[in-house]
Amino acid sequence: MANGIKDKVAIIGMGCSRFGERWSDSAEDLMVEAFQEAMGDAGIGVDDLGAAWLGTSYEEIGVGKSAIPLASALRLPNLPVTRVENLCASGSEAVRGAAYAVAAGACDFALALGVEKLKDTGYGGLPVRTRGAFGDLWMPSMSAPGLFAQLASAYVAKHGVDPADLKRAMAHVSVKSHRNGALNEKAHLRREITEEQVLKAPTVAEPLGVFDCCGVSDGAACAIVTTPEIARSLGKDPLVTIKAMQIAASDGSELSHNTWDGASVANTRVSAARAFREAGVSDPETEIGAIEVHDCFSVTELVTMEDLGFSAEGRAVHDILDGRYDHDGAVPCQIDGGLKCFGHPIGASGIRMLYELYLQILGRAGRRQLDDVRLGLTHNLGGAPLSNVASVNIIGRLE
Amino acid sequence: MSGVAQMTGHEIGIAGYGVWLPRRRMERKVIAGAHRWFNPALMAAARGTRSHCSWDEDSITMAVAAARGALDGREREAVDSIALASTTPPFLDRQNATVIAEACGLAGTGLRTLDVTGSLRAGTGALLAALQDGAIARGGPAHGNQALVAAADCRRAKPGSPDELAFGHGAAAFLLGGAEPIAVLRGWRSVSDDFVDHYRAAGSPFDYRWEERWARDEGSARLLPDAVAGLLAELSLSPADIDHLVLPAASARDAQRLAKACGLDPDRARDPLDQSCGQLGAAQAPLLLAHCLEQAAPGQRILVAGLGQGCDLLLFETAEALAGYRSAAPASAALDAGWSDENYFRFLAFEGTLELDSGIRAEADLKTAHSVAYRHHEALTGLQAGRCTACGTVQFPPERVCVNRNCGAVDSQEPYPLAGRTARVVSLTADRLAYHPDPPSRYGLVEFEEGGRLLVEFVEWDRAELKVGAAASLAFRIKDRDAHRGFRRYFWKAVPA
Repeated sequence: MANGIKDKVAIIGMGCSRFGERWSDSAEDLMVEAFQEAMGDAGIGVDDLGAAWLGTSYEEIGVGKSAIPLASALRLPNLPVTRVENLCASGSEAVRGAAYAVAAGACDFALALGVEKLKDTGYGGLPVRTRGAFGDLWMPSMSAPGLFAQLASAYVAKHGVDPADLKRAMAHVSVKSHRNGALNEKAHLRREITEEQVLKAPTVAEPLGVFDCCGVSDGAACAIVTTPEIARSLGKDPLVTIKAMQIAASDGSELSHNTWDGASVANTRVSAARAFREAGVSDPETEIGAIEVHDCFSVTELVTMEDLGFSAEGRAVHDILDGRYDHDGAVPCQIDGGLKCFGHPIGASGIRMLYELYLQILGRAGRRQLDDVRLGLTHNLGGAPLSNVASVNIIGRLE
Repeated sequence: MSGVAQMTGHEIGIAGYGVWLPRRRMERKVIAGAHRWFNPALMAAARGTRSHCSWDEDSITMAVAAARGALDGREREAVDSIALASTTPPFLDRQNATVIAEACGLAGTGLRTLDVTGSLRAGTGALLAALQDGAIARGGPAHGNQALVAAADCRRAKPGSPDELAFGHGAAAFLLGGAEPIAVLRGWRSVSDDFVDHYRAAGSPFDYRWEERWARDEGSARLLPDAVAGLLAELSLSPADIDHLVLPAASARDAQRLAKACGLDPDRARDPLDQSCGQLGAAQAPLLLAHCLEQAAPGQRILVAGLGQGCDLLLFETAEALAGYRSAAPASAALDAGWSDENYFRFLAFEGTLELDSGIRAEADLKTAHSVAYRHHEALTGLQAGRCTACGTVQFPPERVCVNRNCGAVDSQEPYPLAGRTARVVSLTADRLAYHPDPPSRYGLVEFEEGGRLLVEFVEWDRAELKVGAAASLAFRIKDRDAHRGFRRYFWKAVPA
């Protein structure tokens, strides 16, 4: 009988590159930057590693296929390496592979690294991608903002919300994240913005304006995991362990079955319920000290608050405007600035979210430090509302 | 050649018709105004509007729209042949009529398909050929063998040319044969004559044209009166017996002049609709015939002329059934549904004569995997969803396993056409980031009232409010064009219902 991942794996080292338009650096350079920080944090050597996972999505513009680029860039001594790709949740997938290897006893130390080099396309926004040989034959010409913007139209219709109120709440989401990100030297976008700026910005995909969209950046993030016993033997204290690691994928219902209303992300709900159960969290609002969610667009963060259960159905607009998810709110969200300010180098984002919570739990978040974060939750969404993978991970102090 | 319809125990004629005109109507004064510095003489013809295709319309899509109108409510199994008449078929080698047949949900087995091209007379020629078809003649009411003829044209014109003002784009389709014709073919006559007033050489996008006064006075004005006199004599009719003369003249005045030359009262000449939609090429006479049938009364005679390297004459007599017939896509609705477009640059971009900088995003390779396209061609061209025979769930695209998680039956789905059904908008956006030839790219989910949903592009909502809950129907359009290989892909888009 499976009994979950809770407290079977400890995170002993993490690293995160500076995110941004890293014109002069390659994906390999960014990998080294994140890796060196993580290895210094863990206090182990390359020869101690038993296996490695690479999370990266766009092989066309990045490092190409396979995990060999990871092994070569980091000069890993002929380790077993695996490349994983699950759209924007690729980073979380890499951590899942590494954590499962340690939990299975396959190795003592495993590495998970996510990287993406998005700024080598010659244009703004995410690279154009194929939807498969069949999907390309019938699906419209779509972008990520347009796919997520659909949430807003369905949300307004479902909850009878005034579109202007929705726009204001979405603006607050971005204003809040910029305020947080301004304090983070690793973030890409570090300027505070005003609600007025957000509302007046040019439209990207109705009703999303430029400031409703996350940045497009290069970056890498890295985690080193081991067993709690080994971690303790290395003198790590307190210990940060994985409490839950869940991922749920669409079965085609959203796209093909008239059961989904388009105003939420079904897999986030499934994944969150499984994660709370696995972690033994019964009252998320009081137990979870900080959350890092997949705020690729402001409206995504808004519906995610309901999908994770922090806001009641149809209440996210009010909760957001009331400051519930601000730095000093009941459930601090995107305390590092989120995708909004870091940008979204696809493979790196899931691990970058964990990095912030890891710092918060260890009390190392500097000017962003919150009081007494014991548990933190990451939500990393791959795909679009109508077809996606939703990863929800919970990490925390081993009490 | 000529002929008088033989009485074979049943009467062969037209069972129904449908018309499609692109919604966009370019103001001729806008076109002429743009060229005033270059050719001020164009201003003399700068009256009225002309129809023109959006970037996602061509002779195939317009023919499908017209044919679906003609087929509305009819038993599709009864149709055993389909022809496309066009001088602008999108493909020179890939039968265009077959694409139209699949989009119209016509059965593949036993269906004869044919493209008719090469002359502006292709429309009347295809109509005459189908009416004389042995299968229809033998079929009779008992068998119901029917033929579908669609005529469509979207001729391009050089910027600054008189053609740019004169041309229009559109389609008309006729369902022929069957037990209850609304108009019966009484006689016909064809004349072949290599009179070259204009031509379009293979590989050339535009027509080359000789002086129009010569074309009119030495061409149609000489040819037509003799041909009409010959046919009327053969049928023992006099010019006064003709109630309507349908002919693709350049203007109402020209039409009246030709009617008079044929011995008819000038008032019997039908309005050539040049002021509202322009000259539709091979689809012009078919459009005017459909327009005439909509306004004619039972027991009237309609003489249809097709011109181009000679002429075709078809004499129809309207039947009692015409009184009760209402087309699902009548010419009047197509004419009324237009909206005036004053953006000449967009017109040029849609015509393909102005290349805009679309940015690097537009460089994505649109190469089609033809083996994949063929594997799914019933879903793609025919918009066939799957309906689970175990639980009734309708799903697109059809897959082997039923999407209803309470069912999960394998290989349980039967074909279920979505094209004719009404849908409601579930979600939407107007996307200015994704590349689109007519930005923004509007798309979202629609849900069919009888089950099933579709991720789909929205088009033609310029004059209707696109919102959650809005009623939509589906239209067959160009999905995208592969600039490197000259291929174009088709799929269905949601238009206002």
